[in-house]
Formats: sequence, structure tokens, C-alpha cells
Amino acid sequence: MTAISDRDQLSYIAAQAADARVNVELETEGMTLNIGPQHPATHGTLRIVAKLDGEQVIAADPVMGYMHRGYEKLTEVRTYPQVTTLINRIDWVGSFANEVPFILAAEKLMEVEAPPRAQWIRTILFEMSRIANISLFLGDMGLQVGAVTPAFFAFRDREHVLNQIEAVTGGRFHPNFDRIGGLKDDLPAGWITETKRAMKKIRSFCDEIEGLLQGNEIFEARTRGIGVIPADIGLGYGLSGANIRASGVDWDTRRDNPCGLVHDELDWKVWTHVDGDSFARFWVRLQEVRESTKMVDQLLDGLPGGPVMAKVPRIIKVPAGEAYVETENPLGVMGYYIVSKGDLVPYRVKIRSASFNNISITPWLLKGVYVPDIVTILGSLYFILGDIDR
Amino acid sequence: MIAAITDPWWFQTTLRVVGGLAAVLLVAGTLVYLHLFKMVSFMQSRLGPMEAGPFGSLQLLAEVGKFIQKEDIFPRKADRFVFAAAPFVVLMSTFLLVVVVPGGPDAWFVDSEIGIYLGMAVSSVSVIGILMAGWGSASKYSLLGGLRATGQLIAYELPLILAVLGVVIQAETMNMQGIVLAQAEGEIFGWGAIGNPYILTQGVAFLIFLIAMQAELTQTPFDMPIAESELVTGYMTEYSGMRFLLFFIGEFATAGVFSAIAAVLFLGGWYIPGIDPANNIMNVLGPIVLITKVVVLTFIVFWVRFTFPRFREDQLQKLAWKVLIPIALANIVVTGVLKVAF
Amino acid sequence: MSRLSSTDTPEETTDAAEAALDGPRNELLARLASQLGDGLVESHLVPGDDLWIRVTRESWAEAAGYLNTGLGFQYFNFLSAIDWMPSPFGRDMDSQVDITLGHDESSEIDASLEHGVAGGETRFQVFARVNDIVNGLGVTVKVDIPDDDLSLVSWTSVYAGANWHERECWEMYGISFDGHPGLRNIYLPSGFEGNPLRKDYPLLARRLKPWPGIVDVEQMPGGDEEESGDDS
Repeated sequence: MTAISDRDQLSYIAAQAADARVNVELETEGMTLNIGPQHPATHGTLRIVAKLDGEQVIAADPVMGYMHRGYEKLTEVRTYPQVTTLINRIDWVGSFANEVPFILAAEKLMEVEAPPRAQWIRTILFEMSRIANISLFLGDMGLQVGAVTPAFFAFRDREHVLNQIEAVTGGRFHPNFDRIGGLKDDLPAGWITETKRAMKKIRSFCDEIEGLLQGNEIFEARTRGIGVIPADIGLGYGLSGANIRASGVDWDTRRDNPCGLVHDELDWKVWTHVDGDSFARFWVRLQEVRESTKMVDQLLDGLPGGPVMAKVPRIIKVPAGEAYVETENPLGVMGYYIVSKGDLVPYRVKIRSASFNNISITPWLLKGVYVPDIVTILGSLYFILGDIDR
Repeated sequence: MIAAITDPWWFQTTLRVVGGLAAVLLVAGTLVYLHLFKMVSFMQSRLGPMEAGPFGSLQLLAEVGKFIQKEDIFPRKADRFVFAAAPFVVLMSTFLLVVVVPGGPDAWFVDSEIGIYLGMAVSSVSVIGILMAGWGSASKYSLLGGLRATGQLIAYELPLILAVLGVVIQAETMNMQGIVLAQAEGEIFGWGAIGNPYILTQGVAFLIFLIAMQAELTQTPFDMPIAESELVTGYMTEYSGMRFLLFFIGEFATAGVFSAIAAVLFLGGWYIPGIDPANNIMNVLGPIVLITKVVVLTFIVFWVRFTFPRFREDQLQKLAWKVLIPIALANIVVTGVLKVAF
Repeated sequence: MSRLSSTDTPEETTDAAEAALDGPRNELLARLASQLGDGLVESHLVPGDDLWIRVTRESWAEAAGYLNTGLGFQYFNFLSAIDWMPSPFGRDMDSQVDITLGHDESSEIDASLEHGVAGGETRFQVFARVNDIVNGLGVTVKVDIPDDDLSLVSWTSVYAGANWHERECWEMYGISFDGHPGLRNIYLPSGFEGNPLRKDYPLLARRLKPWPGIVDVEQMPGGDEEESGDDS
């Protein structure tokens, strides 16, 4: 884990400046390139209007909304369980994690606490959705820089985790499993041993990716020093998750503000990196997946018995009030601000999605980078369109 | 070829044309099936095409059929002649290149005294074809890809040629047949059992040739011009149907032909230790031996292609100019000195 | 474990007891009150949990500056708005549940504004949340926007991340932000008319076809039991 040398950093900046100077001297005209909305690199329909000068970006402006589904308006006409179905689809890769903050906020307003077993299973599924999501990132990062093979390994090994999620919840991508007061169902028989086996496979997958991508000199040359985000800029833009931890900020909502999940009863570590470049973000996420597998193992060992659902009325009316809960979702910090007027449906739900803030830094970040680096940087920031566009 | 020079000219020409087509297309097809369909699939823990024919062996036929029956699309602002001619220019350079490769003691298309020099010269023609494709597509993505390709291909021709120069110095001839025979009849410190394949003495040049070949073929890690995750397919983006098939075949055929040249230069070509080079059986066995060596070399090329990420353009250029060319020059100096000394 | 809010409502406990419960937040509130003075209109503190404050429009920018530089709240979380007017369309739900609870289309809709925590006087309120990473605190800042002048000072000079959030607020509610570098639509096409998240902007899907709610599921071919669908 070496920091990029100052000399390399300076030489990259000097090269960019030299290019810019040449472009000015030659009085070249800029070219406007539309990256997206249909494009292999952007994970979904994100459009970036980039003004290029040669191979350098002068200005980049993301245009979003191709997938805007109006979730915040839709939540105003749905009952709380119906909203749960809806919000599964915000970050569709990190399935279960979307529901958790919403349910926790509703439970806070209702002053209901889920039984311990439900909380532990929630945490297990939460961490498993993180593993599923970030494994996709690990394979996909290789694809962004040109290595086609790690993506296949990622999909192959994610299947084990998705199978386990499906065995419990019935859905691979949209579990719709969390309920106010607990969970819909209990675990099936034999699930715990199967999941431990799946965790072992994920660990070997992480080792494979480490050897294949992280140790590759070409990968390092493509990602080290690219897209450096200083910590204070990151905080000002509201970056979260591995993006901010890769810039050296030691902040993890699971440790600092656990709310309804049982992370404070586990023995785990928050990973940070000092560089703040694309390599650091990749590295931090790789370590986080490994850490998550260890957490799931601990959770499976210590799973308490008991019911999975607290006593809640059949028709749920959440008392009036406002509550905000945020959790450390795979993509970053996701929060739901629920305004309730004591009705069956929420009055207003503000969805704080991680990728919206993460991508808001791109106009600042992409100034002066080369075109191939746009893809590397976007890949390392890792967004899911549903999370940006809601 | 085997038939004497007394045959009428049209018979010889037909023979050469058919032989040339076969050498290029059959080899390309075999490489596509073996490496692109099967090898990469196994690397990625999947099976690859299995439906068309036993173990998917007729998949390429199905693909050809699919491509042929597609609509011929021209982008509206495209320069029609340039757009249409580009694949042919690229393919033409491949065909021109294959004529210098000897398949056996008498099985050659052209036995020129400047064999390898001619080969290197005509292989540069493909750069024009790629630039035509990038420009004629009237699309910014294609233009970017075409310009990147031009820079890259021109940069990497130098290490290619400089690596070859070491072999030429050692073989004392530019004639391809002569190079094969020099390796066949050479000796390693007096032991002549396997001849003297130049991979042993020109190992550095071999590596440089492989790297430069990878770049000339615009394969990962040097596939910035194609860069699938950024430019969709770079200069080939606007091509569909038969024209795309021509590019596709050209890519694999060029890989095969370059590997054949590498086999001739460094691995002994059609020579196989144990059989006298002048033996007439080598006219039949020679091509088979050569194709085997080609398959081995292309295996390396595609193995690297599907494993590594790609270089950025400036890193690519830095590698060519600051690393490969100095090493190649040093190799030439050392070869020259040792040639004179021993 | 999750924090249960105390059974006593916060307004009833004494200040001393509150201070004993949540020192950092009380101190934060005190410092904000002393800095903003009259600018701080109302506050709501849930001990051990969260803090809401409501400021005047004039002190919106000052609050941001003080939070960022003076109190160390450098992390920008989000910024959005709430429309407190009850929807004139009701809940657009025809379900039996709604009818049994007396909430059908024919019942009158109370158009009076009822505000949430930290009070409010106007229909629109902009609220933003910033965090202090080091101490693990967060504060939600609310401000009232008068109906005749839907504008507010932009936070982009203090928090760079507010840029996109304010653009979204602008297109969804029609609240403009002075000093914003480029206020334009972020999700919707540029020619879009209307502000979708306002309560009087109808949700067209529901206008077209109200939600059926509890329905009787059709019998399976050859099936015997008739199940009633569940909408919970």
C-alpha cells in the first residue's frame, strides 16, 4: 500500500498543463463529445457532455434524469409496506440495503424495536448485499480499464451470494423482505452452512482479483494518481462510502452511528487509504468485501434465537413526526428523511442517495483529465443509475 | 509452386491466389474458433459457442452467413468511397504480407531477396486503412479511434523493424527462405540437432517483436484505438455487416500472418529438427509445421489480450519510444558486435 | 441496538435533565443560538438522536457559514424542500382500507397547513442537513419560504455539494437560489412546465386510474380456495 510518489503526481499534472498550453498555442477548437446515454462505460443511462481539446477534457457536465422515476412523489401515495417494494429498486444491485434505512426510520417514528434475531438477520442480509454489490464493482473496474476477464469471475462468484439471498427472501435482486417491526420470514434450514460456504468462495474470489487486477502494473499505471479527491473537497460535496474513505477520512456510519443494526457487537475494522485516487478506491472496496465476509461469518455464529417480527398492527399507521436514518449502504451513505402526519402513507420522503452526491463531484474532478481517464474515474466512483436518478 | 515453372502463367497465378486466400482465410478462421471462441471462453469459465456444429465448430460459418445478409448501412455524412474502401485497404495489406511467408523449401509465393523488408513495408499500409475508416465514418468516436490508432501504429513500427534487424544481421540475409535455412543449418556451439532458432540468441528481439506485434494488431493492452469501454469500437464503430466482417477477418488474419513472420524469424519457420530441409516432404509438412507454430504464438497473443487492462495513449507512446526502441537499438549493437567477434 | 426515544416527550423534561442526556447536542444548540441570535427561530432536540433548528431567511447563509467554519460541520449531506399544503387530490386510493377508515374521496380535505418538528409558518420549507464527521453529529436546518417570494440564498459558496441539490429543489418546487452558478433542470427535460413535487401537481398515474387497494384475486383454474389479496 504505497502512496503515489509526489514526483509521479507532479509529472501527471505537468503533462496535463503542457497539453493545455499546446492546445492554447495552436488555437485548436474544442470538440464536444457526448458520452452516453447509451454507452458501455456508464453503468446505465448517464450522459456526460464533455468538451474536449484533443484528448483532454476542458469541461464535463453530467446530464441525468434518463431514469428518473419520481420516487419521492410516488412514496406520497403508497402505504409503508408498498414503499418498501418501491425503494428496493433504487440501488438495484445492493438489494436489501435499500430497504433498511427506510424501515429503521419508520420504526423510529413508531417507537418499535425489532427483536434481536430480526436485527441480526437484517445485518447479515445487509452485509451480503454489500458483498454482492461490491463484487460487481471489482469485476467491472477491470472492464472499465480494458481487462475483460475479471468481470466474468465476478458474475460467477456473485451467484453464490445471490443464491443465498434468494433462498431467504425469494428474490435475487429485489428481496422486499424487510418489514416494520422485523422481517417477513425466518431463515430456511441449512442456510447458515451454505452461506458460510458462499463466504469462503467470495474470499477466494477476492484473492483472485487481487492477483489479477490489483497487482497488475498496467492497472496500477491506469489508476494510480488518477482522479485524486482531496478530503476536504470530498466532504464539501458530500461523498460517502469507499470514495471518502479512500481519501483518508475515517468515517463509517456502521461504526459511528449504528441504528438498528448490530455492527457494534462485531469485531471488524474500517479500511481507509491516504491517496484518494482511483486505485485507493478500488483497494478500499476490495478490503471492505473481505471484511464483510468476516462479519457475516461472525453474525452467523452468533445468531440469537427468537421471533423475527415484533407485535405491530396489521394496518400500519406511523405516528406524526419526522425522522432521518442513514446507513452505510454499499454505494455510500443512504438515508431516508420521513415526514409523517400520522397517516397510512408518508407525507414526504426525502431519499438521500449516495450516488447523487458521489457524482456531483465529477464536473470538478474531470477538468483536465484525458478521455480514457474519464472512464477510469467514473468506474472508480462507482454509481448505479437508479441511485442517482431515483 | 510444386509444379514446375513451365506451367502456364494463369495456372500459377490461380494457384497463388487460391493459396493466398486459403493461407489467410483458413488460418484466420481456425484462429477465431480456437482462440476467440474456445480459449477465451475457457479462461472466463464458460463454454463458448456449442450449438453450431460439434462443439461449436461451425459457428464461424454461421457468423459469416449472418454478416453477409445484413443491411449495408452508410452513415449519412460519411464519405462513401473512403468509408467503403477502408476495410479493403486493411485487408489488402494482410494479403500482401502473407506472400513473403515461406511454407516450405519450394512452397512460397514470392522469394524475394528483400523478403522481410518488403513485409515490413507493406504491413504499414494498414495504417492508412484505419485512418480512412476513422475519418470516413463521420463520427467523433471513430475519429478519436482512428487518430489514436495512427499514432500507435506508427510508433510501434519502429521497435518491430529494429527487432527484425537483429535477426537479419545474424542471418546475413533479408530473404525469408534464407533466414529459415540459416536457422535450420545453424548450430548452437557446435550442436546442430535442433538447428539454431534465433529465439535463443535474439530472445530480447523476440520479446520486443511480440510486444510490438501486439500493438500493431491493436490488441489489448494496446487497444486504445478500439477501447471498447470508451469508444464502443473506435474506428470500426460505424461498420456493420460485411464490412465489419472484413475488419474482423483482417484482425485475425493479420494476427496469424504476423505470428507466421515471427515463427519464421525466430522459431525456424517451416523447419522441424530431424528432417532434412531439402527433403521434398517438407513442402507438405512445412505448412503444417508453420501453422502449428502460428497457433502457439497467437495463443500467447490472445492470452495476453484477454487478461491485461489497456494502456492509456500516452503511456503506450512512452513505452514505445522510451523503452522498446532503446532496448531494440541496444540489441542491434550487441548483435553486430558479437557477429563480428564470432 | 436501536435507540428508543424516551417515553417522556422532550418538551416536558427539564433543561438540566436534557443536558445530562445529550451534552454535545445541547452545546451545539447553545452555540448556534448565541451566534445566530434572533435568526434561530425554533429548535427541536431529541436527546441522543438528532437536532433540528429553524432559522430565518436572512440568516440562512450565516448559518451555513458558521456551521461550516465555526462548528466544523464540513460534510454536506443533502438539501431539499417540503410542501406543507395537504394534497388537494387526497390520497388517490380507493382501497377498502381507506373507506373503512373514513378516508374516501368524498370526505373533505383539510387544507390547513400543519407543520412538522421545529414548526413553520409558510407552505414551503427548505431543509438541509450537514454533518460533523469527527464528532458524529448531524443537524437539520429548516427555513420558511414565503409564498410570494420563492427564493433563497444559495449555499454553493459554502458547501460545493449544494449545487446539484439546489438545482433539484428548483425544478421540483420552483424555489430559486440566489448566487447559484447555473440554476437549471437536473432531472427533467429543459422545457418541462410545472414543479412536480408540489402537492398541487397531480400524480398523473393515479389521476388516470386510482389505486384499487384490496382486490379479490381471481380463482386459479381448477382451484378451490378464494384468497383475498393483501395490500400490506
